[in-house]
Amino acid sequence: MGDPLAQFLIKPLFPIKLGAWDVSFTNSSAFMVVVIVLVTLFTNLAMSKRAMVPGRLQSVAELAYEFVAGLIRDNVGDKGKDYFPFIFTLFMFILTANVVGMVPYTFTVTSHIIVTFAMAAFVFIGVTVIGLVKHGTHWFSFFVPPGLPGWLLPLVVVIEVISYLSRPISLAVRLFANMTAGHTMLKVFGGFVIALGIFGVAPLAVLVALTGLELLIAFLQAYVFTVLTCLYLNDALNLSH
Amino acid sequence: MELEAAKLVGAGLAVIGLGGVGMGIGNIFGSFISSVGRNPAARAVLFPTTMLGFALVEAVALFALVIAFIILFK
Repeated sequence: MGDPLAQFLIKPLFPIKLGAWDVSFTNSSAFMVVVIVLVTLFTNLAMSKRAMVPGRLQSVAELAYEFVAGLIRDNVGDKGKDYFPFIFTLFMFILTANVVGMVPYTFTVTSHIIVTFAMAAFVFIGVTVIGLVKHGTHWFSFFVPPGLPGWLLPLVVVIEVISYLSRPISLAVRLFANMTAGHTMLKVFGGFVIALGIFGVAPLAVLVALTGLELLIAFLQAYVFTVLTCLYLNDALNLSH
Repeated sequence: MELEAAKLVGAGLAVIGLGGVGMGIGNIFGSFISSVGRNPAARAVLFPTTMLGFALVEAVALFALVIAFIILFK
């Protein structure tokens, strides 16, 4: 049985050196390109006819659009409409990256913490800047819950600031850990199938069920990432006090 | 205690958190089932929130798993 973590190895396909920086085109970059091409092709092909009565492909695209639009409507409200393109892109990228990673012998882009952390940091910085621009210094009242006795303030404000700063970390680790743990588990069970010979049918059945679970998780994590982005955006746009 | 042994024990201790996660996931789906049992019409409204809660709780399990992996393979 191979090393279950070997599937996450980044291999340079076209080595490029830029001074002291290694900016090679790796298998990770290649699959990012694949994901972007897939999403672009899908959305463009599906909407090319713009039929009044949608066909099968167009229905799927409209379903995805309506899903994300509904998330923004429910969690952010009307003010969130301006941010729809960003959130839709984020959702489609993560979803497609997760699902492409489920195909055997492919590379899961989102199984590297630097990729997920880059997205989470972008969301975090963007949301903070939006909050500061929309509300000015009044935005800092976000860290002061209303109706609190004065002597508790120093403690609670510190806790609020820490919990705010830990948002990008939890957002990034959640997606990365789900993908890494899931794929490692599939690989470990895959090893059992070969090792047990004829009795490998039992782990194979488990593997089929686990693949279904992993597909669910792939969708669920894209959904969770998007919902949390919406909630953070809501905190920045609709300051409650 | 040898370093290698301490690492294995530490990794084992790190995943104790999974007990809480098991309780959490059981609680989420238990509440979901009893809610749907009382009011089957609420199923469509409750399901996305249930899934969100499930994913958030499951993430805690994976945090523990990541800590265990860091201890084992650092």
